[in-house]
Amino acid sequence: MRITRTVAGRSRRAAVLVTTGLTASALLLTGCSSDSDSSDTSSDANGKITLTVADYGQFGYKEAGLFAKYHELHPNITVKEDTTAEEKNYYPKLLQQLTSGSGLADVQGVEVGRIKEVVDTKADQFADLSKVIDVDDWVSWKEKQATTKDGKVIGAGTDIGPMSLCYNTELFKKAGLPTDRKAVAAKFAGGWEDYLKLGEEYQKNAPAKTYFMDSASAMFNAVVSSNPKQYYDESGKPIYKDSPGVKQGWDLAAEAADKKLTQGLAQFGDPWKAALRKSTMATVVCPAWMAAQISDAAGEGNKGKWDITTAPGETASNWGGSFLGVPTAGKHVKEAGELVKWLTAPEQQAAVFKATGLFPSNKGAYDLADVKTGKLPYFNDAPIGEIYADEAKSIPETVLGPKDADIKDAISTQINNMEQRGTSPDKAWDTAVDKIDKVIG
Amino acid sequence: MATSTPTRDAYAPPPRGSQQKPVNARRQMWRSRLWRFDDKASPYAYIAPFFLVFAAFGLYPLVYTGWIALHRVEMTGLDQMEWVGWANFDRILHDAEFWTAVTNTFLIGVMSTVPQLLVALGLAHLLNYKLRASTFWRTIILTPYATSVASAALVFALVFRADGGLLNWVLHFVGLGHTNWANGEWTSKIAISVIVIWRWTGYNTLIYLAAMQAVPSDLYEAASLDGASRWQQFRKVTIPSLRPTILFTIVISTIGAMQLFGEPLLLEGGAIGATGGTENQYETLSVYLYNYGWHLGHLGPAAAVAWAMLALLLIIAGINWLFGRFVRKSAV
Repeated sequence: MRITRTVAGRSRRAAVLVTTGLTASALLLTGCSSDSDSSDTSSDANGKITLTVADYGQFGYKEAGLFAKYHELHPNITVKEDTTAEEKNYYPKLLQQLTSGSGLADVQGVEVGRIKEVVDTKADQFADLSKVIDVDDWVSWKEKQATTKDGKVIGAGTDIGPMSLCYNTELFKKAGLPTDRKAVAAKFAGGWEDYLKLGEEYQKNAPAKTYFMDSASAMFNAVVSSNPKQYYDESGKPIYKDSPGVKQGWDLAAEAADKKLTQGLAQFGDPWKAALRKSTMATVVCPAWMAAQISDAAGEGNKGKWDITTAPGETASNWGGSFLGVPTAGKHVKEAGELVKWLTAPEQQAAVFKATGLFPSNKGAYDLADVKTGKLPYFNDAPIGEIYADEAKSIPETVLGPKDADIKDAISTQINNMEQRGTSPDKAWDTAVDKIDKVIG
Repeated sequence: MATSTPTRDAYAPPPRGSQQKPVNARRQMWRSRLWRFDDKASPYAYIAPFFLVFAAFGLYPLVYTGWIALHRVEMTGLDQMEWVGWANFDRILHDAEFWTAVTNTFLIGVMSTVPQLLVALGLAHLLNYKLRASTFWRTIILTPYATSVASAALVFALVFRADGGLLNWVLHFVGLGHTNWANGEWTSKIAISVIVIWRWTGYNTLIYLAAMQAVPSDLYEAASLDGASRWQQFRKVTIPSLRPTILFTIVISTIGAMQLFGEPLLLEGGAIGATGGTENQYETLSVYLYNYGWHLGHLGPAAAVAWAMLALLLIIAGINWLFGRFVRKSAV
């Protein structure tokens, strides 16, 4: 009996040791396993490489078949795309990955509203592209946005968003308005005030349950982005409270909400998409990339109903656009740099433009036939190449801030409140200031 | 430290006869010391795995969150921490949005928990009758619990949609149906409560049912012999027997309500969902925390919100405990 007990005791101790050991090693394993994941499978014995491109929304490379083409040109390189639907979800993830230095793709997209923050705080984790690409190929202001104080270029420009106006010709006709591009543009040649006047004219004879615009927040963005100074000044101080562009945009938005010219739908949400399908909005402020959003949401059934003309007052402004950067944590920094160079070269940007309407930021593309004579069949063959290329050259250089994207969001929400709930402009502005202070923190 | 478990000290080794040598005696002593050490130490080793795991995944994050709450930490530079003391707590406590979130969390908590538990109690009572295909009904009742929060929230988002939503379509037959559910101060809270109620009623029903089946049937027999009606039996026999179970479900639901996150986030989704509606009309504390930390990238205040939530839970637990004691006293 004694013997069995001792044996039991011993085995019990052994069990304890094993359990503790297992637990400890499990803890160690979970603690350590996360920093070596990125690309064990990315190269094999034959020197074959897989490059990952992480982006958001629509970059148009898949649509233009560019990754497949790159593989044809470089048989040892396969390109994989990892797309997040919403940039809002993509960016926090990117920041976390940069901070922990793990999980990053070989090429990462960065939106223009974030580029300043990345340049300011994360530049040391991106490869310097200034030797890979020639920054003078781009429209003058584009690459400056991705350049650090000491001249390092962390991103190559993909697209830009020159402004135009998309309008629903069918609704315009029903409301007794002209439908010809030139005639419509002439109606608001004087600027955004004229645009609102046209809205009132539309509202008089408008078909029931239709609205002149989708959301005044889009108009606000358009107005603000036509100003060189927006939310921050050159020294990085937030100046949104006194910025003339912000004030003008806000007042116009308040007026549009007050006159009930807008349907007040948050852009890109499901109700917004449904409204496009049902054709309840006569105009949508249209940066180049918006055309693809409209045709996607409105669907084949509305093909030919929409058209594109110059923005009110022919203001040249840019809304949106992105960059491609190469994190230094990647295993194939050089190859990734080459890929970025190729993807942002004129021919490829032109191919993306042809496939999706995303407008090139590389000047060389403007002379290519695909861009120069580019037309959008969905929008009555609107000559978008012509419209945007003229404008792109006169877009002012703007001062970016680290929190531009979040500030824009906070203001858009309050504009929505004025539209949907009839919140008074003063109260909405106070709330906006509150929220923006929280954003800037 | 009186315990009813006999320890091995109580075990006296059986005498081995007198022929044992003194060397053996020394070994014996060494051995019994080992025995005693084993007795004292090994229980700790047995429970160590839990505590190790708890320390790594429970205590450490808790304390570290507290540490972060006292610093200025940005998502853009997690390695740069700047000591700010109570400033983060000061900031959130003076933020009107924080108090909106507290109120919303509390209101949605009450609006979802109370009907949910009452309905669960009723359903459990029905299921406790002799039913045909009882397993089938029990399974049906539990099905919503098995769906994921995301899919439930997305389906209900379609139901409550302002334009072309299922509910508005049904309501338009009676001349209503222009409600923008997610937009309204109260309608949005109702919508979220409905999702919660739908998901959790079945779970609580099964817990109540299990407890009901443990109530001895002679109690009911005695009651019915005394002429108690069904309703009286329910009130005087079932409910008192279920009291500990009810307390348990209340505690669990309270914790659940405090952590309510997926439903408000996904009711409208996108940037609006992340701020709990355009006027924060359905922003709960978890959503507030998420927005502060993950969208705005200020981790300090977000950590402070996490600790504030813990404090609130402790306060609620305290009230619960006092209430429970009061109920127990009055029951005696």
